[in-house]
Amino acid sequence: MTAFLTRLLGRLPIGYLQLTHHPGRLLAALAGVAFANVLVFVQLGLAGSMAESVAIPYRLFQPDLLVVSPAESETLSDAATLPRQRLFQALVHPDVTGGTPIYMGRSTWISGHDASSSIQFFGLAPDAGPFFHDALAAPLISLSLSDTALVDTLTRFVDMRSFAAAHPEAPVPFEIQNRQLGAVGTVSIGGGFGGDGVFLVSDQTFFHLFPQRSSATPSHILLALAPDADPGRVAAELAQLYPPDTVRIRTVTQAMEQEVRYQMTERPTGLIFAFGVAIGMVVGIVIAYQVLSADVADHIREYATFKAMGFRQGFFVGIILEEAIILAAIGFWPGLVFSQLFYQTLAYLTNIPIFMTPERAVAVFIGTIFACSVSGVLAMRKLAAAEPADLF
Amino acid sequence: MTGAAIEVRGLDHFFGEGEARKQALFDVNLEVGRGSLTILMGPSGSGKTTLLTLMGCLREVHAGSVRLLDQELFDADEATRIDMRRRLGFIFQAHNLHDSLTARQNVMMGLQVHGRGDQTRHALVADHLLDLLGLGARLDYLPANLSGGQKQRVAIARALVSNPDIIFADEPTAALDKVSGLAAVRLFKELGSARGTTTVMVTHDPRILDLADRVVTLEDGRIIENRIGTLQRDDIAGRK
Repeated sequence: MTAFLTRLLGRLPIGYLQLTHHPGRLLAALAGVAFANVLVFVQLGLAGSMAESVAIPYRLFQPDLLVVSPAESETLSDAATLPRQRLFQALVHPDVTGGTPIYMGRSTWISGHDASSSIQFFGLAPDAGPFFHDALAAPLISLSLSDTALVDTLTRFVDMRSFAAAHPEAPVPFEIQNRQLGAVGTVSIGGGFGGDGVFLVSDQTFFHLFPQRSSATPSHILLALAPDADPGRVAAELAQLYPPDTVRIRTVTQAMEQEVRYQMTERPTGLIFAFGVAIGMVVGIVIAYQVLSADVADHIREYATFKAMGFRQGFFVGIILEEAIILAAIGFWPGLVFSQLFYQTLAYLTNIPIFMTPERAVAVFIGTIFACSVSGVLAMRKLAAAEPADLF
Repeated sequence: MTGAAIEVRGLDHFFGEGEARKQALFDVNLEVGRGSLTILMGPSGSGKTTLLTLMGCLREVHAGSVRLLDQELFDADEATRIDMRRRLGFIFQAHNLHDSLTARQNVMMGLQVHGRGDQTRHALVADHLLDLLGLGARLDYLPANLSGGQKQRVAIARALVSNPDIIFADEPTAALDKVSGLAAVRLFKELGSARGTTTVMVTHDPRILDLADRVVTLEDGRIIENRIGTLQRDDIAGRK
């Protein structure tokens, strides 16, 4: 390694030699950097998982525009209802080829003595398959039978294996909202951070489960447009059709992106994750600083000797940055491995969509190099104590 | 270009500020010839180390004049002093070897200060010099595994490896036995004859006084004696 680094740097790798000269201290430093990496990865993983959880329901939708009430319209699940009349008004537009209402409600499913799960229900028209993801089109038809549901195999706190064989000809019965339903199929959506699972039912079954809700007031309206239509233009023209401030019209992608941004920047959970990332960075900087500054202090006479010999400041900066980058580059990998294990464990235990992405790994690696370099720059202040005249 | 490697004129030096200001050197005048071996002597606190650090560009010259290799150091900026230090070799009493570098690597640092260069060649030069100093079998030893005398010889090799114009040494023979100490000083003398390398050395070692071209004694910040060394005297007497 020394020969390789000598060739790479064109000089003796003094930083590397200093670090490896004290293996115990090096191991402690690497453990510290890895720990800080795990902290950052965990926070970024949870934040990414939340963003992914937010996005998953939107991915069920195929069409171009999503019409919601302007009240509480930042999230899909919390939006206020709007009159179904808005759907009929939209159909007047020549570029709107179809539309369907979506009804959303939440209920607690008590599936055992101690097990209960918060379930997000989507009430959909069984013949509205073309408005939804291709994989849903066929199963939706099976919801034509009253009091049937497509249940989420990723539902938390429930053993969903008994639903694996659910089929329209052999519904698996279960009870929710004091009503007997039959699972006629399964979907794999996951509840994310807002609930424990997602069940799809027909609009009629939805009104059985939520009798206080009316077909006249859906939660959202999906609009499909002509193939050549510009969604932005149609949305603007539709807005003119409606009374002012009665609807909010966006493309599905826009709505998804805005909710992700809202959850990440305006909701406490997103801010907590961001704060956690900052804490992880600070911990990493502090640990790396402690190691590097202790190393500078231990070698202050040697540095003073180098100063006496005529080495310039850039040489010392090079040594300390070399140490910082070595700490970052080596400490990153155990952090990555432990974080991956953490993700897998958390995903297994909670069914939340948490996984490592190459972009995140690269970003954290660059962040680690940056944080350790900042520590190195801070540690350089101790070099001022290296006074060559004091050597005699 | 003059014949002197070092010319000191009317040099005063102070430490501290205000009430705590203390004068360490008083009107020091000294001329050190090129290729000579000069020994600075004097009791502790006499100012010899201060004089050494001023001539070695390790401190700023505030009053008086120090010309080193024809470069005036009075009010010289840090960059100039660093450039000058690259032409010098330093040997410290407490060798100050880098504990995580081998003997060879410590010596290579003396070459690295002049640029990155060919590391393989640097290693060969370092090996050769260490071999000359009797450390050919200790090239890959860390300082912790070397005796005090061996460490000092590595420090000497580090100072000599870049062919400095002037060597400043503080008790370089203190950790060496009689034979090694004399061998080291003879090496300085040979370098003076062969390459014109000037050596200024602080020492209390009476064994090497006879080898000096000039012996300068300081007391209370003043030069109280500046005499030609024994060999030089004998040489002059012989010529007469």
